[in-house]
Amino acid sequence: MTGGPATPTTDRRAPAPGRAAHGTGPGMSTTARTAAPRAVAAPAALAPRARLLPALAAVYRAQLSRARVARIPLLFVATFQSVGIMILMRGVVDGGTEAHAVVAGSSVLVVAFVALNLLAQYFGQLRAGGGLDHYATLPVPPAAVVLGAAGAYASFTVPGTLVTALVGCVLFQLPLAQLWVLIAVIPLAGAALSGLGAALGLLAPRPELATLLGQLGMSAALLLGVLPPERLPALLVLARDLLPSTYGVEAFARTFAPHPDWAAVLVDLGVCAGVGVVSLTLATWAYRRAAVR
Amino acid sequence: MDRTDPAPAPEGEAVCVVRDLVKTYPATRGRRGAPAVPEVCATDHIDLDVRGGEIFGLLGPNGAGKSTLVRQLTGLMRPDSGSVRLLGHDVVRHPERAARLLAYLGQESTALDELTVSLAAETTARLRGLDAPAARAQRDAVLDELGLGPLASRPLKKLSGGQRRLACFATALVGRRPLLVLDEPTTGMDPVARRAVWAAVDRRRAEEGTTVLLVTHNVIEAETVLDRVAVLEQGRVIACDTPSGLKAHVAHEVRLDLLWRERPPLDVPEVAALRDSAAESGRRWVLRLAPDEARAAVAAVTGGSAFAALDDFTLATPSLEDVYLALGGSGTGLVKT
Repeated sequence: MTGGPATPTTDRRAPAPGRAAHGTGPGMSTTARTAAPRAVAAPAALAPRARLLPALAAVYRAQLSRARVARIPLLFVATFQSVGIMILMRGVVDGGTEAHAVVAGSSVLVVAFVALNLLAQYFGQLRAGGGLDHYATLPVPPAAVVLGAAGAYASFTVPGTLVTALVGCVLFQLPLAQLWVLIAVIPLAGAALSGLGAALGLLAPRPELATLLGQLGMSAALLLGVLPPERLPALLVLARDLLPSTYGVEAFARTFAPHPDWAAVLVDLGVCAGVGVVSLTLATWAYRRAAVR
Repeated sequence: MDRTDPAPAPEGEAVCVVRDLVKTYPATRGRRGAPAVPEVCATDHIDLDVRGGEIFGLLGPNGAGKSTLVRQLTGLMRPDSGSVRLLGHDVVRHPERAARLLAYLGQESTALDELTVSLAAETTARLRGLDAPAARAQRDAVLDELGLGPLASRPLKKLSGGQRRLACFATALVGRRPLLVLDEPTTGMDPVARRAVWAAVDRRRAEEGTTVLLVTHNVIEAETVLDRVAVLEQGRVIACDTPSGLKAHVAHEVRLDLLWRERPPLDVPEVAALRDSAAESGRRWVLRLAPDEARAAVAAVTGGSAFAALDDFTLATPSLEDVYLALGGSGTGLVKT
C-alpha cells in the first residue's frame, strides 16, 4: 500500500479495508505518484518579526479598546467599592495616619481590582479557550503581548483611582496638593499587580483557578491595604509586607504627611518597580510556556 | 513591504513536508465527574507532502486528529517524534519560525472577540510585522475584498457566527504569507461568505502562488475546492489523492438514499432483501450498490405498494463520504452541507 517516501501515502499498518482493497489502493494512485514533489533546494526567506515596541503598542491599543468595550461597568464597580469602603471607614478611623492609610489603600484597591483580578481572569480564559494560539502564530515577542495587556489594564485603572483618591481626600479632609504622586504610583503598582495577575492567569492550570487566585489577591489587597496596619495582628502585618500592593499604598499614604519622607516614598516605589520587573518577567516566561503545549 | 514578504515556493515544490510524525496524549486518571481516558495516539506516524500553490485538505470526522496535526505544523504543539519542514525550515526544532512562514486561522476567536473587525485586522497585521501605514492599507484592502466594510466598526462578539468567522479569516489574510493554514474556515458561514472566502483564496493562489492547507469535515467543500486531500482516521492518513482520484476507487458504486413515510414496507420481498445491505438511521436507509443493482432497487421501491410507503429517494454518484466509508472510516461526523 505504500509508495516511495515522497508519496503522501497511507500508513503501512493501515487496515486494508474491505472494499478499498481491490483495484488500486489510494496511496498507489498515479496522480499522487507522478506529481511527487521535488526536494526544496534552499529554505525560503522568513518574513520579518514584529519588533518589540511597535508590537507592544499594537497590543496595548487593542487591549485598551477591548477593555473600554467590555470593562467599563467593572470599573464603576471597582470605584464604587473603594468609595463605599472609605465611607464605612469614616466612622472607624479618626483622621491622622489611619485616614491616610484608608484613602491610599482604597485608591490602590482599584488598581488591584483591575490589574490583578481582571487580568488574571483574562489570561486564564484566553489560555483555556485557545485564544493564545492567535498570538502564538504571529511573529510577536512574548513580552509585547504580556506588557501590552498589562499596560492596558493598568492604564484602565487611572480614572477610577483618581476619582477614589479625590473623593477620599474630600471625605477625610486631606490635602490634594500631593496627588500628583499618583503619576508614579499607578504605573508602578500597576506593573507589580498586573504582572502578578498575568502570571497567575497564565500559570493556573484551569481558568476557574485563575479567577479564584485573582479574587484572592484582590481580597488580600483589600483587607491588608485598606485596614490601618496599627490595628492588624502581627501575622497579618507580615502578610501585608509580602503583598506588593502594600508598597504602592505606603508610598501614596506617606505623601499625605505634612512633611512627606520622600526617600521612603522612593524606596516603596522602588519595591513596586522591582516586583513589577520580576512578575512581568515571570508572566512572559509563563506565556511562552503556555503558547507551545 | 513586498520586499520583505517571504517568497512563495516555486510551483510544485514541497512547501510542507511531514515525515513519521507522532503525537500521543498520555492517559489521564479518572477524577470526580471526569472518567479516566486511556492513552490516545492523535498523530500516528503521519507522512505528508503539500506542494507549492495547491489547496491541500485534511478531511476526517471530529476527533480524527486533524487539528492536532495542524497544531504541530504551525509550531503550536511539539510532536513526540518525526519531522516537519515548512519551506525548507525545520519547524520541530524552530517552532517560532512557523509564524514567519504561515498564517493560521484556528477554530477559536477568543483573542479577537472584543475587538472591532477593523482593529482586529489592523492589530494582527501589525503583529505580523507590518508598519502602521502598510497595516492600515492591508486592513482596508482585505475588509473590502471580503465585503466586511459595513461591519468594520462592530465588535466581533456582536456578529453572527458566520460573520465572525469571516472577520477571523480576514485577520489570516493581512500580512501576506506563502502558506495559509485554515482550520475549518467556513464553519457557520452563509453561501455568500463562503464564496468570498474561496474567491480570496483563489486570488492569492493565482497572484502570489499561495499554498493552502485546509482542515475540513465538510465533504462537499472538500470535493469542490481541494486539489488534493488526505483522509484522516484515528490519527492516521488512510488515503491521499485528488478528490476525483479518490472517488475513482468507488466509481463502481452508486448511493441510493431512501426515506420511508413511516416504516419500511418489509412485506414487499424486494424491500426486505434490500434491508440487509442498508445502513439504517430512523426512517432513512442508505444503500451503496452497483449501478445495475441500484436500478433494480429503484424499480422495486418506485413500483407497487413500496412506492406508497416511500417519502423520498435520491440516487447519487459517490461522494468523498462514500470514499471515506469504503476506506474503513467510522462514518460519523462528516458534514454534507
